[in-house]
Amino acid sequence: MMNLIWMALLEIGVLVAVAGGRADTVTETAMTAAEQAVETVLGLLGIMVLWLSLSRMAEDAGLVRALARLVRPLLSRLFPGVPRDHPALGSIALNVSANLLGLGSAATPFGLRAMQQLQELNPRKDTASDAMITFLVLNTSGITLLPTVVVGIRAQYGSANPAEIMGTTLAATLCATAAGLLLDYALRRGGSDGASAPPGALRGRSRGRLPRRAGAPEAGRR
Amino acid sequence: MIDLLARYAIPFILLFVPLYALYRKVDIYAAFKDGSREALLLCAQILPYVVAIFVAIGVFRASGALDLCAGLLRPILGAAGLPVEVLPLAIVRPLSGNGALAIMTDLVRQWGPDSFIGRLATTMQGSTDTTFYVMSLYFGSVGILKTRHAVAVGLVSDVVGFVASALAVKIAFGY
Repeated sequence: MMNLIWMALLEIGVLVAVAGGRADTVTETAMTAAEQAVETVLGLLGIMVLWLSLSRMAEDAGLVRALARLVRPLLSRLFPGVPRDHPALGSIALNVSANLLGLGSAATPFGLRAMQQLQELNPRKDTASDAMITFLVLNTSGITLLPTVVVGIRAQYGSANPAEIMGTTLAATLCATAAGLLLDYALRRGGSDGASAPPGALRGRSRGRLPRRAGAPEAGRR
Repeated sequence: MIDLLARYAIPFILLFVPLYALYRKVDIYAAFKDGSREALLLCAQILPYVVAIFVAIGVFRASGALDLCAGLLRPILGAAGLPVEVLPLAIVRPLSGNGALAIMTDLVRQWGPDSFIGRLATTMQGSTDTTFYVMSLYFGSVGILKTRHAVAVGLVSDVVGFVASALAVKIAFGY
């Protein structure tokens, strides 16, 4: 897909330029663009070293874990099919916390572990469970408090206030997440197909309290 | 309030994270060393994408092809409140994280970080994640073949994120 988009941009560009009698601009633009690309990445390197080092410190110091403890109660309401004391919720909390802090590379291992634990609860192994889809909605809408790399690039190009997009990013990401959770909830009810059978019942762990199906979107912020 | 937060967020992090790490007896310089190695790898990894995208978009723009597209697509995008310049970013964002980062960087360089396009592009980049990549990685890792409504929900959420980005930037910065 990316191959196609890249090809289309380049080939259409060249053809339009030739048709418009501007073939020489193609040569010039291609050369300078390639040069600027390398300058950009080199310029980014210093900022990346700083951010990723700080990320490492934050992770080693247990900040991700501390945040995970805070978000876990909220998350358990989003995953009614997962028993409250199941380790999957812990992995999900760690993944979401790492994403919140803008630590994408730390989030992925937690996310993969969460998927494995959700798969253990999944009665149909080739079909995505409700909990998996909700988890992926949280991940693909990318809730983040601090978009570190983006702030770094803004700084590199001389922004007066590189972090000023924090507020707008948070607002946009919350809208995306809320829309995703609501749509997930609506479609889940319509197309539910047994993959959503309460797994706690199978393992006898829900101690008489049936997983509440309602309430999934209520934590999805109004 | 948010402006205040944005202004002091980075100084606060630079103050708080190393102090807290010290308190928790983390080897700070070792963390720096690991972080630097990771940064070098990441930069090496994105370099080919940045060169390819800068060249392709540069040629597309200089040839006048972007202006042609803009004329055709302006009414549709305009209805969503998005300027035509961010169209390539919106298309690539769900497909490739590195590709989108490269396009965003190109827009920031072209228009400046504190312009409408610059603010919008950086907000869009941070507002959603690489939907197709995340889905294929996470579902693939446990052998899920039937993804039910996951892809549809992910893409709708991306579009909502982009439209909300434009709205948020217009409200926050008064365009």
